[in-house]
Amino acid sequence: MKSQFVKGMSHGIPIMLGYLSVSFGFGIMAVKAGLPVSAAVLISALNLTSAGQAAGVTIIAAGGTIIEMILTQLTINIRYALMALSLSQKLDKSFKLPQRLAVSYGITDEIFAVASSQPEKLSPLYMAGLIFVSFMGWVSGTFLGAAAGQLLPKSLTDAMGIVLYGMFIAIIIPPSRKSKKVFTVVVIAAGISILFKYLITAVSGGFAVIISAVAASAVGALLFPVNDGEENEK
Amino acid sequence: MSLIIYILVMAGVTYLIRMIPFTFFRRKIKSRFFRSFLYYIPYAVLSAMTIPAIFYCTGNVITAAAGTVVAVILAYFDLPLIVVALAASGTVLITGFFV
Repeated sequence: MKSQFVKGMSHGIPIMLGYLSVSFGFGIMAVKAGLPVSAAVLISALNLTSAGQAAGVTIIAAGGTIIEMILTQLTINIRYALMALSLSQKLDKSFKLPQRLAVSYGITDEIFAVASSQPEKLSPLYMAGLIFVSFMGWVSGTFLGAAAGQLLPKSLTDAMGIVLYGMFIAIIIPPSRKSKKVFTVVVIAAGISILFKYLITAVSGGFAVIISAVAASAVGALLFPVNDGEENEK
Repeated sequence: MSLIIYILVMAGVTYLIRMIPFTFFRRKIKSRFFRSFLYYIPYAVLSAMTIPAIFYCTGNVITAAAGTVVAVILAYFDLPLIVVALAASGTVLITGFFV
C-alpha cells in the first residue's frame, strides 16, 4: 500500500522539476501584474494549472468581469474534462467517491500523461504521491518566483517572463509537425488572436482567447473530424 | 472586484471541470463533432494565448522574438518542455545584453 505512494512520488519527480521553473515564471508574472506574493501562491495551490492561471492573472490585472473569468477558465481548462474522463476509466476498485473528489483536483497535462501511460490500473495512493510531489514543485516555484522576483535584476525577470510561453510552444509544435490538421487549427487560432490584438481591440484579452480557440477548434472539427481513438494518440 | 473573489471563482471553475467528469461521468462521448472539438481545443487555446502575447512578455519585442525562434526550433526537434522553456528564457537573457 505504502509503496504505491512512494512509486507515485518517484514518478512525479520529473514533473516537479519542470513545474519548479515554470511556476517560477508564473510567480514573477503574477507579481508584475500587481498581485501580492500570497495571492500568487494561493492561486497556484488552488488551481495547479499553467495556462489557466496565466489567463486568470491577466483578467485580474485588467479588472475583468467574473463572467469573463468563468468563461476563460472553462475554455482553457476544458481539456481537463477530457483527461478526467479518460482517467476515470483506468481507476482501480479502491477509488470511492472521496478518493475521486480528492484526486480530480490534481489532473494536469503532465500528471495525466504519466498516469495514463501506466500499464496497470491506478490506485488512489499512487495518484496521491504523483500529485503531492508535483504540487510541491508548483507551489514552491511560485513562491520563489513571486518573492525573489523582486530581488532579481530586471534582465533576469524579463527573461523568465517567456518561460510559460516557451512551454506552451513546446506543447503545440510537436503535434503540429506530425499532424496537418492540428497545424491548421493552431494557425487559425493564432491568426484570429492576432486580428483581435491589432484590429478588433474592443474585445478584452480573455474573450479574444476564448473566441479564437473556439472558432479554430470548430473549424477543425468540421473540416477534420477525428476518428475513434485518435484523440488518445499523443 | 475583490481579489479573493476572483481567486475563488477561478479555483472553483477549474476544480469542477476536473471533478465532474472524473467523479460522475462514465459513458463515452458519442458526438464525433464534439469529440473532435475537444481534441483540438487545447492546441487552439495555447496557440491563441501565445500569439501574439509572447512578443510582449519580456518588455522588448526583439529579445522576445529571439526567444520565440529558439523555442520553436527546439520544440520542432521534440526536446522536453523544460529544455524548450529554459532555452527560450536564456536566449532572452543573452540577447537582452545587446539590445
